[in-house]
Amino acid sequence: MKNNLNPTLPASITCPACGMLCDDLVLTSTTPLSIQNACAKSITFFEQSFHSNSSNTAPSVLGKTTDLETAVKAAAAILAQSKAPLIAGLGTEVQGMRSIMRLAAASNATLDHMHSESSVRNTLTMQNGGWLTTTLSEVKNRADLILAIGTDIGTSHPRFFEKLVWDSASLFNKPSPEVVYLGVSADKAKSATSPEGKLASAVGDDPAQIPEIVNALNALLINKKINAETVGGVAVATLQALVEKLKAAKYAVIVWSASSFKFSHAELTIQSIVQLVNQLNETTRAAGLPLNSGDGDSSVNNTSTWLSGYPTRNRFVNGKPEYDNYHFSTQKQLQNSDALLWVSTFNPTSAPQTALPTIVIGHPDIKLDRTPDVFIPVGIPGVDHAGSMFRMDSSITLPLKKLRNNELPNLSEVINRIEAELA
Amino acid sequence: MITLLKNGKLYDPAHNKNGVVEDIYIHQGRIVPKPLDNAKISQTYDLSGKVVMAGAIDMHSHIGGGKVNIARMMLPEYQQKQMQEIKNLSEPEAHICTPYCSHHATPTATDTGFRYIEMGYTAAFEPAISPINARQAHLEMGDTPMIDKGGYAMLGNDDYFLRMLTAKKDQKAINDYVAWILHATQTIGIKVVNPGGISAFKFNQRRLNLDENHQHYQVSPREVLQSLSRAVHELGIAKPLHVHCNNLGAAGNFETTLNTMTASNGLPMHLTHIQFHSYGTEGDKKFSSAAAQIAEAINKNKNITADVGQILFNQTVTASGDSMMQHLNAKHANPKKSVIMDIECDAGCGVLPFKYRDQNYVNALQWAIGLEIFLSVEDPWRIFLTTDHPNGAPFTSYPHLIRLLMDKSFRNEAFAKLNLDAQSMSNLTSLDREYSLYDIAIMTRAGASKLIGMNDRGHLGVGANADITVYTDQENREAMFAKPDYVFKNGELVVKDGAVVKVVWGATHTAKPAFDIGVEKELKEYFDRYQTIGLDNFKISDAEIFDDGRGSVVVNKN
Repeated sequence: MKNNLNPTLPASITCPACGMLCDDLVLTSTTPLSIQNACAKSITFFEQSFHSNSSNTAPSVLGKTTDLETAVKAAAAILAQSKAPLIAGLGTEVQGMRSIMRLAAASNATLDHMHSESSVRNTLTMQNGGWLTTTLSEVKNRADLILAIGTDIGTSHPRFFEKLVWDSASLFNKPSPEVVYLGVSADKAKSATSPEGKLASAVGDDPAQIPEIVNALNALLINKKINAETVGGVAVATLQALVEKLKAAKYAVIVWSASSFKFSHAELTIQSIVQLVNQLNETTRAAGLPLNSGDGDSSVNNTSTWLSGYPTRNRFVNGKPEYDNYHFSTQKQLQNSDALLWVSTFNPTSAPQTALPTIVIGHPDIKLDRTPDVFIPVGIPGVDHAGSMFRMDSSITLPLKKLRNNELPNLSEVINRIEAELA
Repeated sequence: MITLLKNGKLYDPAHNKNGVVEDIYIHQGRIVPKPLDNAKISQTYDLSGKVVMAGAIDMHSHIGGGKVNIARMMLPEYQQKQMQEIKNLSEPEAHICTPYCSHHATPTATDTGFRYIEMGYTAAFEPAISPINARQAHLEMGDTPMIDKGGYAMLGNDDYFLRMLTAKKDQKAINDYVAWILHATQTIGIKVVNPGGISAFKFNQRRLNLDENHQHYQVSPREVLQSLSRAVHELGIAKPLHVHCNNLGAAGNFETTLNTMTASNGLPMHLTHIQFHSYGTEGDKKFSSAAAQIAEAINKNKNITADVGQILFNQTVTASGDSMMQHLNAKHANPKKSVIMDIECDAGCGVLPFKYRDQNYVNALQWAIGLEIFLSVEDPWRIFLTTDHPNGAPFTSYPHLIRLLMDKSFRNEAFAKLNLDAQSMSNLTSLDREYSLYDIAIMTRAGASKLIGMNDRGHLGVGANADITVYTDQENREAMFAKPDYVFKNGELVVKDGAVVKVVWGATHTAKPAFDIGVEKELKEYFDRYQTIGLDNFKISDAEIFDDGRGSVVVNKN
């Protein structure tokens, strides 16, 4: 692929590899890749992006290389024939999602994000009773206790501790926060080890026991007596001590990751965490912080919401939006839809196995398990083109930069052309 | 190409025209003088007997940004159920719908633009943009078609400003920071919500009174208001400081509101959704109307303007930056849920659904208090028609509200159906005033454009942007204002008989006063050290607004 660098180096860049959207990275060289302030995840992302497969830049129809115009027409023909297509994956940022929303309205499509199995649990919780949450700069400057439930944080959001916990620069002269892991397996509980070697304290190490333990914490917080020695394998005295810590904290932040909860009806446990936060706020300050899963999930849900009134899983019927975060899942809709448009621009994530007519638009290195009817490689946001992206805490949107010039079109360009063919 | 609007009855308070029959000529999107006799008129609309006003301007409506989107996300049931429920309502809850009304308290960005233009509104201003969330607000407003838009940036709870106050930085430094915020966030005014209180809530203070100190910064809300109102005034921007007072919604808060009026030391200040800040503690239920005191104070203090934030009965959602008071009020949420956020040492937000009921004593009295204020403030140039959309009611109920103001018997009939205890605590039926079409044109056009500082909007004089609304003069003012005959945006016919006939995209209005760019040096250090994004990414460029090929930035000068 003919690539040439857009900015002169060194260039400051924003990293879309995880929901923290760090914008303090500095790209100093592409071959070999060298980035200041990079984490393991960002290195993987930019390696993958800068060294993407050069043979895969041409679109194809039924496996045969073709030009963009022919591929766009073929994709439009599939959607035109379809009564109820499924647009899934949705690995994109705001600008891409804006285009997809118009295409979905024009084609009566159902929309589902590749990580919605997790994000729907948070959405359900928020729709059921609401929540009280915080954002990253509040955590950095205010948190004096971090309780991470079922997640080590560092695996999915590698610079969380470096930037928000161990960084001593704080507006309000607070000590470094204590970190407590709840229900995190011992092998993972090292992410939060401080530069001085201080380990996070751990309460329980079995993720499956989280629902029971969180309920017990709620009971203890409102002074209910528990007639047992242990709950979920943890001594009640240990849980009582944790409750006291939470009550004594000036600003406890309770972090969870919906994707790390492998038990069923995890939304009930998230509700229980929210209840804990709410109760703490009767006397002190505390806040929740849900981690996202990535691939633009918060960008996609926010954009979908202001354009259709609903986050994903939603669909359009005769141009009118509908919402059902159970029935409109990718797995269910693969049974009910008559065509699939799979979108994954940040990562080369494969489309699900299906016999439906399939259009794949995304990362040039996307793995094609089955030859799709149409494949259109597009640019990677934040590398090949500019964009706008929501951070995990949704309050902040950052511009993504174009780092190089090449012949790959943008997702929104391609989607707009398909939509124009449909009209 | 010249368009002629012939023989309309003009209500144009900026030029003292009160029902004058005149022709309007439009050329290249603007109102132009009568051309020479031989000039070719390409299109003529005969408006004989029709009422002609400039396009209406909503100076306070939550149309974009984090809070509104949270409300949408939290309340999918509104969109799903509300249409049927509203259709079954009877007076005084019902509103006459615009033909495509979605009956939705938080319409999508697209619907927002359509619903506004269908009512003859050609601009709306998002009054609560937290600077750190400004990009989202502009993305949403960028997806809002048909109307012009703009916003007010929230300051006064941000750590950077409070820190400056504590350090007793001079006024020039404050002014530079305020101007920098206007530029960086692409806004046209400055708002303060619960001055100091949102920040105090993060330090576990649960209430903050006007002369009480924030426990960390050791500054009071009054000092915040003094400093910001002076900055806005000295920077020379038109829009006075937009103030959401301390103690929102609390019984007895009218005293805070009265005292707040003195906090700017005579400089211009706008008190927003003042209905929510006009409550006394009289009567058995310790909740009473203080509308008379508030209106009297507004009448007396000529530096004060206010919008009402009228409530109307039905399900809606309250979306506010005031996390302190929203957290306190969360127990009244209906349905019972709330989203409260602490945001970036910059701001906060609180979103809770609310159902105003006409048989509920407090709600019924709130309705009456709003109307009492409307009818008791004498100068229509200093009071503005808002429902604090969606907090008091969705903006789609404006035609209903206009009828309540213009039609005394309609108003009194509605009042007679309210909770009886509330009726006994209100003097509404003794207020005989009926707003005229001229008064409505002041409140919703001439006054609003003057307040915000848009010289070429809100009037029908030569040189004005040709945003024009044409109504059929009907006795039923709700029906009249719900469905204009024609709406012109930038001189183009975009609405006919209440329905959109052409989709257009409005501009984003900003104010960009001069300032010392040296302010960025300290700000950059502050961002690098304490914030989680860089200074350059905080700032929103013009290109971000016009790059989609639809938006444009207007810099208003005064």
